[in-house]
Amino acid sequence: MKIHEYQAKEIFNKSGMPVPKGRVIASSDEAPKVCQIINGPPWVVKAQVHAGGRGKGGGVKVVHDPSEVIAAAESLLGKSLVTPQTGPEGVKVRQVLIEEGVDIAREFYLGMVIDRAAAKPAMIFSQAGGMSIEEVASQTPELIWTEYVDPAVGWMPYQGRNLVYKLDPLPSPGAIKQLMAVMAAVYKVFMTLDCSLVEINPLAVTVSDGVLALDAKMNIDDNALFRQKEVLKLDDSSETDPLELMAATYNLNYIRLDGNIGAMVNGAGLAMATMDLIKGAGAEPANFLDVGGGATEEMITNGFEIILKDRRVKAILVNIFGGILRCDVLARGVVAAAEKSGMRIPLIIRLEGTNVTEGRKVLEDSGVKFLVAKDLSEAAGLVASQVSGEN
Amino acid sequence: MSILVDEKSRVVVQGITGREGTFHTEQMLAYGTSVVGGVTPGKGGQKVEGVPVFNTVHDAVNNEGANVSCIFVPPPFAADAIMESASAGVKVIICITEGIPTIDMTKVDRFLKDKDSILIGPNCPGIISPGKSKVGIMPGPIHKPGHMGVISRSGTLTYEVVDQLTGVGLGQSTCIGIGGDPIIGTTFIDLLGRFKDDPDTKGVVLIGEIGGTAEEEAAQYIKREFHKPVTAFIAGQTAPPGRRMGHAGAIIAGGKGKAEDKIKALEAAGIAVAPSLARLGGTVLEVMGQA
Repeated sequence: MKIHEYQAKEIFNKSGMPVPKGRVIASSDEAPKVCQIINGPPWVVKAQVHAGGRGKGGGVKVVHDPSEVIAAAESLLGKSLVTPQTGPEGVKVRQVLIEEGVDIAREFYLGMVIDRAAAKPAMIFSQAGGMSIEEVASQTPELIWTEYVDPAVGWMPYQGRNLVYKLDPLPSPGAIKQLMAVMAAVYKVFMTLDCSLVEINPLAVTVSDGVLALDAKMNIDDNALFRQKEVLKLDDSSETDPLELMAATYNLNYIRLDGNIGAMVNGAGLAMATMDLIKGAGAEPANFLDVGGGATEEMITNGFEIILKDRRVKAILVNIFGGILRCDVLARGVVAAAEKSGMRIPLIIRLEGTNVTEGRKVLEDSGVKFLVAKDLSEAAGLVASQVSGEN
Repeated sequence: MSILVDEKSRVVVQGITGREGTFHTEQMLAYGTSVVGGVTPGKGGQKVEGVPVFNTVHDAVNNEGANVSCIFVPPPFAADAIMESASAGVKVIICITEGIPTIDMTKVDRFLKDKDSILIGPNCPGIISPGKSKVGIMPGPIHKPGHMGVISRSGTLTYEVVDQLTGVGLGQSTCIGIGGDPIIGTTFIDLLGRFKDDPDTKGVVLIGEIGGTAEEEAAQYIKREFHKPVTAFIAGQTAPPGRRMGHAGAIIAGGKGKAEDKIKALEAAGIAVAPSLARLGGTVLEVMGQA
């Protein structure tokens, strides 16, 4: 789960990490009042969307006059923001954060993630702040420094020293102390809130030698949300695709893609491989949909409902490998869903595994119109030919 | 031979009184697996499918000589269950549970460092040595005893692959689902090492997917010291970056974990990568024919 910058900054502030003073607004009418509370000029107006790359997409504006603050808020609120991470249609901006401007002396990068190979939290620090860490990693990897945390011991002060004393030139003793305090606080927040990512880019040293988190990104491990009830309240569902939201309520893994072939598969790996097959046959998948390795008849029905709500879908491929859950049960789910929805687009079914003969019989005996593929390559070929015929 | 589980495996099912635990205990028994005990705290003394239930894994080990555990405990308690198994001296721990918080797994990983146990999973279908023992949730009948080792990050995708192998006449020595989470107990390299020493395994099929760099590391290991024929398949060539594709670990993040990079690394190590899932069985047959 992702949270907004202003929400992450509130958490930072409560955890003793200094952030610029700011207010979040949903209407530009509130901007004049905010200009009176928040020190300026200059002010910084920042679109609050989950997608990264906001700066590049024009979602961050530095302005010097209250009227410009209002204009900046108006230019963002209610509009669609396109960033390198959104897609061409962009995302709608519903809130902006107005912050005091800061006189920056130096900018660093500070982040924490779980390093998969090491199976440990990793604190990543870089002298090259303010630019994308992927760019730094590819251009000047020697400027990125990492400390792995022993989960049995936690973050230790020496690790902070290992990172901070690599800076060249060294900041003042006061700034060094504050940087180390921020690192310790990042670790604490990361562990306490079950984060998968905490990122401060840039982490600034000001001309008056203060340390401030100018940006804040925080992702929470979805698997841990059961014990993060407070964080769960910060979820902004307006940022999620409506069909993805609906799928989540059915406990289905659904991700919307750009093509026109709806796909329904049991199991994540098989679902990915099926998407690849569709593409390999010259068509484009409209979605990733994993109804679960242990899918039930009901989950199949729900999955169908979601795919059919996507108007771009011109044909559906169902690829089910029956394991412990038998093909006949799964076939009944398909039939129930197809009957309920009154299918008007071609349906291609590939069924394999336990009780496959009974499963095929269920399909044949139903009134549902569909094509049966005897194997995977035929399934992909059939589905691709359905849409190429339409074009 | 086979690796990790065989006819000598004595299995304890943790979470045996739950719906999944009971169902799969019945399935494992039907396959011929020696399920010697179950664990559900507070339900010691009961029986499930004729299998005695204990309060702790220690009791199951002491009373029944359990040496393999299969965990169906819900996510909030699963890390604890893994550690309990390891502390009781269980040698092979198989965790089926999906949805364990990643931070819990960092602690499990640290805990297991000085223990003499191997963890398979979490978020995996388990292990089967066809004809000998099935410890997990995979459908038994699609498997056939033989000489192919299978290592996979996925569940149903593995069933698909095994079905194709059996279909082209290639039986399996042992099939292992290593799990779809970002932090898993055992990865490709550890298992390739075991298949290397297993005279009964003549070749290996490696099924990877987007996310992390385990396939790239496996490719280097194979090039360096694994000399049995390997065929690979990578799922997720069309997956968009930054999205979790069902499995918690299946995500392209920070430019890492792309399918194309994995395929490139495997091919650079001289490993045949099946171009499509539909042709995997045929590709393996070609590779094994040359061997």
